[in-house]
Amino acid sequence: MLKTSKEMILLYVFVGLFLLMSAASPSKFLTLGNLQSMATQLPELGLIALGMMVVIITGGIDLSITFTAALSGIVGALVLSSGYSAGVEGTAVIFLIIKALLATLITALICGFVNGLLISYVGVSPILVTLGTMTLFEGMSVWLTKGGAISGFPGQYQWIGNGYLGFIPVPILIFIVFAVLTLILLERTAWGRSVYMFGCNPVATFFSGINTKKVVMLVYLYAAMMAAMAAIIMTSRYNSAKVDYGSSYLLQSVAIVVLGGTDIAGGYGKVVGTVVAAGIVQVLSSGLNLIGINRFMVDVTMGVLLIAVLLLNSFISKRKQGKGVKKEPKKIGIAV
Amino acid sequence: MSQMPFLQMRNINKTFPGVRALDAVRLEILPGEVHALVGENGAGKSTLIKILAGVEQPDPGAEILIDGKPANIRQPIDANQQGIAVIYQDFSLFPNLTVAENISFGKEIGLGKRFVNWFEIKETATNALAELGVELDLNLQLERLPVAKQQLVAIARALAFNARFIIMDEPTSSLSRGEVESLFKIIGTLKEKGIAILFVSHRLQELFTIAERFTVLRDGKYIGTYLKDELNEEKLISLMVGRRIEFIKQSRSKTGPVLLEVKSLTKKGNFKDISFTLHKGEILGLTGLVGAGRTEVVQALFGLNVPDSGEIYLDGVKVNIRSPEEAMGLGIGYIPEGRQREGLVLRQSVAQNISLALLKKIRGKFGLLNAGKEKELVEEYMEALDVRPRLPNMLAMQLSGGNQQKVVLAKWLATRPKILIIDEPTNGIDVGAKAEIHKLLRQLASQGMGILMISSELPEILAVSDRVLVMRRGRLVGEFAIEEATQEKIMNRAFMGMPGRVTA
Repeated sequence: MLKTSKEMILLYVFVGLFLLMSAASPSKFLTLGNLQSMATQLPELGLIALGMMVVIITGGIDLSITFTAALSGIVGALVLSSGYSAGVEGTAVIFLIIKALLATLITALICGFVNGLLISYVGVSPILVTLGTMTLFEGMSVWLTKGGAISGFPGQYQWIGNGYLGFIPVPILIFIVFAVLTLILLERTAWGRSVYMFGCNPVATFFSGINTKKVVMLVYLYAAMMAAMAAIIMTSRYNSAKVDYGSSYLLQSVAIVVLGGTDIAGGYGKVVGTVVAAGIVQVLSSGLNLIGINRFMVDVTMGVLLIAVLLLNSFISKRKQGKGVKKEPKKIGIAV
Repeated sequence: MSQMPFLQMRNINKTFPGVRALDAVRLEILPGEVHALVGENGAGKSTLIKILAGVEQPDPGAEILIDGKPANIRQPIDANQQGIAVIYQDFSLFPNLTVAENISFGKEIGLGKRFVNWFEIKETATNALAELGVELDLNLQLERLPVAKQQLVAIARALAFNARFIIMDEPTSSLSRGEVESLFKIIGTLKEKGIAILFVSHRLQELFTIAERFTVLRDGKYIGTYLKDELNEEKLISLMVGRRIEFIKQSRSKTGPVLLEVKSLTKKGNFKDISFTLHKGEILGLTGLVGAGRTEVVQALFGLNVPDSGEIYLDGVKVNIRSPEEAMGLGIGYIPEGRQREGLVLRQSVAQNISLALLKKIRGKFGLLNAGKEKELVEEYMEALDVRPRLPNMLAMQLSGGNQQKVVLAKWLATRPKILIIDEPTNGIDVGAKAEIHKLLRQLASQGMGILMISSELPEILAVSDRVLVMRRGRLVGEFAIEEATQEKIMNRAFMGMPGRVTA
């Protein structure tokens, strides 16, 4: 109970906001259409936030994550649009789409590999490396697109970003799959465990025979994979690819990760927290938008909320610390 | 002694949540005296210093008098203004500033100055160094000075704000013999100026050279204040410990065939021409002064410090060890000296710490961790090592030093190593837990493990090892079978090197 309290608070905030928005404009907010549109919008930022979270747990940061998404999306889009013409049909289209998806993923993994190589094996600090690669990937994206948008995809590709399974939008399903995957990888594998341990104390982790370089490399590859998934949803949803798609997600994703309770210094962070935090941000921005509040006020509200939750978290953790230490002798007393 | 004391502290209590760090402690400092504060690790010396420095506040009811008048030390600047200066072990200087800046800033800030006057800074620094009778380049960056000189800067800084009482926390721990002597001369100069010194050190011999009075703390309690003439080393130790320390000489088992052989291992600037063997079932003690290169050698065996040349044979097979992962794969475990920094992940649970080295071995279906197997192993090893409290989910940081060490041991024993390297196994651990760990090491040896143990504590080396290696300045300078080893012989080698050989 003590452990999940951070995440529980977030869940209360989420439910509270959801109810508040529903009460404020039941005719607009609480409609299937709005819920579906929220479930379509959330995954892009949510996936990037999940990738960012894994990086932040190791005590790092990936500033290049949104341009990894942009670049990989653009490469995928180039494959799609160059291979598609009026005559291509049937299974050929499916193969083309698979080729484009792979191109997107591989491009992103190369981006992640560059980050991982420089951070883990060369030993440059993550903020510097990713600041550099951010600019690098942005520049390559502009170069590939000449600043414009790439379009002309087969119609079937749009299904990923705009389609439904029943009444559930496909993007949210993709998001759920990757959230669960992240959860399993972090909580139930040797790699995930090492990620947390490394975030707390890289030296002791290395001294315990863990190949920490590999662990960190995989972290940046994982973040890049998340960026690729976000890129696929984005290009499909907009039916095009452009440099600045998703570029506003960078700081937002960091904000969501921190809002979700992840320790910016590393060592702690839960998938549930990040997912709920992404939900909060989505509910807030959609809700305020529907009520007709000025876009700038939406940002102000989000800023205030972020600060409020962080204050609350730090207050709770301080109180818990005090209690924890006081309880200690009692625990010893029982055991001895 | 009818002099008015500079400082009187009475009824100093300090309670941290759940711990009574200080219990009715007293301290009296006369002007111009050199006073030793002694006690084992955890006796409360640091807490007392922190109270004097204004870093910690005592519990209500404490009486602190300076020049006979009640004083209030709420923050470090108050202490400075009352004439109290603390020189911590790491000096707390600014490595990237110049000598002059380091000396003068304390004073400038103490005077509440808001602007920097470069002329004054130089002048203050020049005067302070002149008072000490030392010469240093004022414009040199501090980090470019050797440690002993940095210490002088710290002392000069104290003089710059007219300190009348200087607390020195382990001032000699990183000094050479000659440097210690010159420090003592400086202390003499300070004494003549009527400046009192509180000398905190574990080096009893030095204390007897320099200190006039001794205040002894034990487990946060005030044991007494004694004149030098009332004490000798033995008596002082027994006051600190409460009972006479004597490690139980552990019984030895027969050692087996050679497990590890090291041939002419060399790493420039670290160690040179190191050759030795480690047998199955043997505890090989490796000792020498701090900085002799012991840790560097064992880290070479664990892939943390790749040597330039030389060979390592394991069970007769030549091996190359380039990372801890490889070392672990070869059946080598390493328990580093820095338990909290290198040994444990403090913010994680005991269970996660124990299973950390084992993660690969507890993988089950689809590469997922087998939670049941993990729990079983953790419980087995917590039980075997008697980690208390037996709460796997407790954070490692919440355990006592001895239990933390047991957790690190548990982590490595769970990997079932053939060779265990252990660096200062009982550093900062209470006497009871020390004996437990000694017994455990002997037990492991009797089960056939080869143990390479670094220790600076000679009684520990003698109590546990089968054979003793002595290092000095990166070289092996002595090997003794346990029957012939004595503290004197070992110290002779550690200080002087091989007999009949001229060593620089």
